[in-house]
Amino acid sequence: ERLHFRSAIFMLSSVFLLFSGHDIITWLIQKYCICEEEALHVGGMLVRYGYIYPLKEPRSLVLRPDESPYRFQTPYFWTSTRWPASELDYAIYLAKKNIRKQGELMEYEKERYSVLHKRINHTWDFVVMQAREQLRASKQRRKADRIVLECQEQAYWLINRPPPGVQNVLDMGLERPNNFSSRVTLVPSCLCLQIEACRRALGRNRVKSSICLEGFVKYSEQYQTHDPIMQGCLPSNPWISDDTAHWTMNADLVPIPTRLRVERWSFSFVGLLNDSMGRKEFMTYLEKEFSAENLCFWQACEDIRHGESSKIAEKVEEVYKNFLAPGAARWVNIDSKTMDKTLEGIKRPHRFVMDDAQMHIYFLMKKDSYPRYLKSDLYKNMLAKAIVPQETKKSVFPFMRRQRHSSPSPAQAVTPAAEDDGRAKGAGQAGTNA
Amino acid sequence: VCFMSFLQFCLNKNPFRRRSLPAQRKYMRSPLIPEMATQEVQLNETLAHLKTESETLKSKLEEERAKLHDVELHQVAEKVEGLGQFVMKTRRTLKGHGNKVLCMDWCKDKRRIVSSSQDGKVIVWDAFTTNKEHAVTMPCTWVMACAYAPSGCAVACGGLDNKCSVYPLSLDKNENLAAKKKSVAMHTNYLSACSFTNSDMQILTSSGDGTCALWDVESGQLLQSFHGHAADVLCLDLAPSETGNTFVSGGCDKKANVWDMRSGQCIQSFETHESDINSVRYYPSGDAFASGSDDATCRLYDLRADREVAIYSKESIIFGVSSVDFSLSGRLLFGGYNDYTINVWDVLKGTRVSILFGHENRVSTLRVSPDGTAFCTGSWDHTLRVFNVC
Repeated sequence: ERLHFRSAIFMLSSVFLLFSGHDIITWLIQKYCICEEEALHVGGMLVRYGYIYPLKEPRSLVLRPDESPYRFQTPYFWTSTRWPASELDYAIYLAKKNIRKQGELMEYEKERYSVLHKRINHTWDFVVMQAREQLRASKQRRKADRIVLECQEQAYWLINRPPPGVQNVLDMGLERPNNFSSRVTLVPSCLCLQIEACRRALGRNRVKSSICLEGFVKYSEQYQTHDPIMQGCLPSNPWISDDTAHWTMNADLVPIPTRLRVERWSFSFVGLLNDSMGRKEFMTYLEKEFSAENLCFWQACEDIRHGESSKIAEKVEEVYKNFLAPGAARWVNIDSKTMDKTLEGIKRPHRFVMDDAQMHIYFLMKKDSYPRYLKSDLYKNMLAKAIVPQETKKSVFPFMRRQRHSSPSPAQAVTPAAEDDGRAKGAGQAGTNA
Repeated sequence: VCFMSFLQFCLNKNPFRRRSLPAQRKYMRSPLIPEMATQEVQLNETLAHLKTESETLKSKLEEERAKLHDVELHQVAEKVEGLGQFVMKTRRTLKGHGNKVLCMDWCKDKRRIVSSSQDGKVIVWDAFTTNKEHAVTMPCTWVMACAYAPSGCAVACGGLDNKCSVYPLSLDKNENLAAKKKSVAMHTNYLSACSFTNSDMQILTSSGDGTCALWDVESGQLLQSFHGHAADVLCLDLAPSETGNTFVSGGCDKKANVWDMRSGQCIQSFETHESDINSVRYYPSGDAFASGSDDATCRLYDLRADREVAIYSKESIIFGVSSVDFSLSGRLLFGGYNDYTINVWDVLKGTRVSILFGHENRVSTLRVSPDGTAFCTGSWDHTLRVFNVC
């Protein structure tokens, strides 16, 4: 509805359907409520994929946001028509060009023409014959129509056989099975699995959406000030300022942690345990409460779960000796049912044999020790003395870029295993035994 | 009409794809379940019966899920303050790959990354200084998967070789990394994604053979395999949950499945996308995950509500999403798209807050850094870029 009708550029009487690059962009902006930059991008894609082609500089498939004229490609040549552009078709097209005007072929087209000539030499008579036929038929058309068809065809081949150096927009990467309904029938075993999964799903407990979604709002709110992309980070974002102070201040082991970091320990128990410093602090607290064996046990179980397969048996044995055996030095308090099940499982130790016991202790700590830790002086003091870095003002001289310093590669840093009990190498800790 | 046709073309798989690679015909064979009777008639009957049963159960499941859906996410988010315009810039451009970049992953040190490309090259960079620190050439092309080990001492990668191999990162610059290579995973089709679990000792993989698998790095032993997808599995992500025992995968069957790593069972399944799922990523709390698909949408699935709770789409966005990731707080969702752009979504309100240009070809991979200070994208234009706010 926004298209301008303009009189023929290519002489003669016909009225062509033309519009300018500017028209396309305006239409896109209005229809999709987007900004000019995005409209230029989307419109540019339409040109790249050959739905619209330029009349001025036809070899440059770019959308110009000015009065440059464009036309719609005929649906016959649309990429979505899925008309396979075969070698034969291309050969016929090049032959036509060659016959129509000697020297009209570009260098790369001449090369391809001769390559095709060699490759499909056996059908060359057919190629030439077809080309001559098509040229003859087009001579019967009005000159205006003939020119339009030539433009359309040229645009089509610019996309299906791009010149050297031009990106092939039709490159879709690795082949993947298309439409999975067109594939060979589903194997019965696959359907059985689906049915089983459905049955299980029907039996599961669900939570009301209102409760779940409220959870997202709360979580995002809580972590907003901790999100560097949302709210910046102190003293500065290393990627912007080229200053690594933020990373240095938040390294695994620092004498005094930052305030945001200590705050995060109170957000979730798993967050506390995942931070090596937080875990150390918590261990210190538990030692004061004489319940450190819980955390040690948990760490030892993590080590079994995530460690080498070959060491599972010996580690399980160690854990049993230290934490589960009657009279063990650091006996953990597990309910009898779980204990029995675990002891039975130990007879044939495997990676997950400690899972139930580990979970029991985890939730025990989470429900009991963790809340008390957060109320303790130990935590409160840590929070009080935690650093709030000063924001580094942006450099006065924007031309002077800071030197970007290298850091030692983790591959070079051979950290000795921490002397924690139970050989702690829990979730997220860097450094395995060399 | 022209635009609609273009839209249709973008959303469907391209018909002009040249068959330069052997057809990766998809088939699903489960070695765990005994073969059914071979009588053809019996087989067809059983198949029809199973199909009907499956369809009936699926509709029942949808009914059950709908019962507890009492509010939409954007309604709950009405009270939340809107986000202003996000202006983001490229802060680093990593040049060095000679072909399409297919995958990347961050190191836990928050500055190093590993990236892999179509020509078989795997490069480890210090993205902060843009220096290349290690490079290895794989014996295959299309290295679609790469991952950094939690310790920072090794990387894993694989692709058309159907394997996942681990390369310890040597301190000695002169040493050939390929010499210490360790083959860990073996699939019967291409490797699409890989990830270390909480330690260097185990790797989770997904493959074009329709399965995912958990491997012991030390011995190369298969610890668990996961069957249930009816087509190529394209992506996976490990859950950051307390018990750390689940992961989600997405595939060409348009399904996103949540798995129990211990038992190998599929515990939840979601099928609302209209095309291949190229990327899945957990929400930081572990209670939900986002997916990106060739249907040009990103979606959010809540695991407790057991349903899709948001769709991130816009009429002007018609190209598929190749990769998604959340900002640290989960408020922003970044999507890398096949039209060379990155769209930034407000997860709660469902609106798009920013569109980023910069790449000159498809964005094939996107990850937020471990501390959320930036995100990195890899593209078919051979480069990687690190983006940040202005």
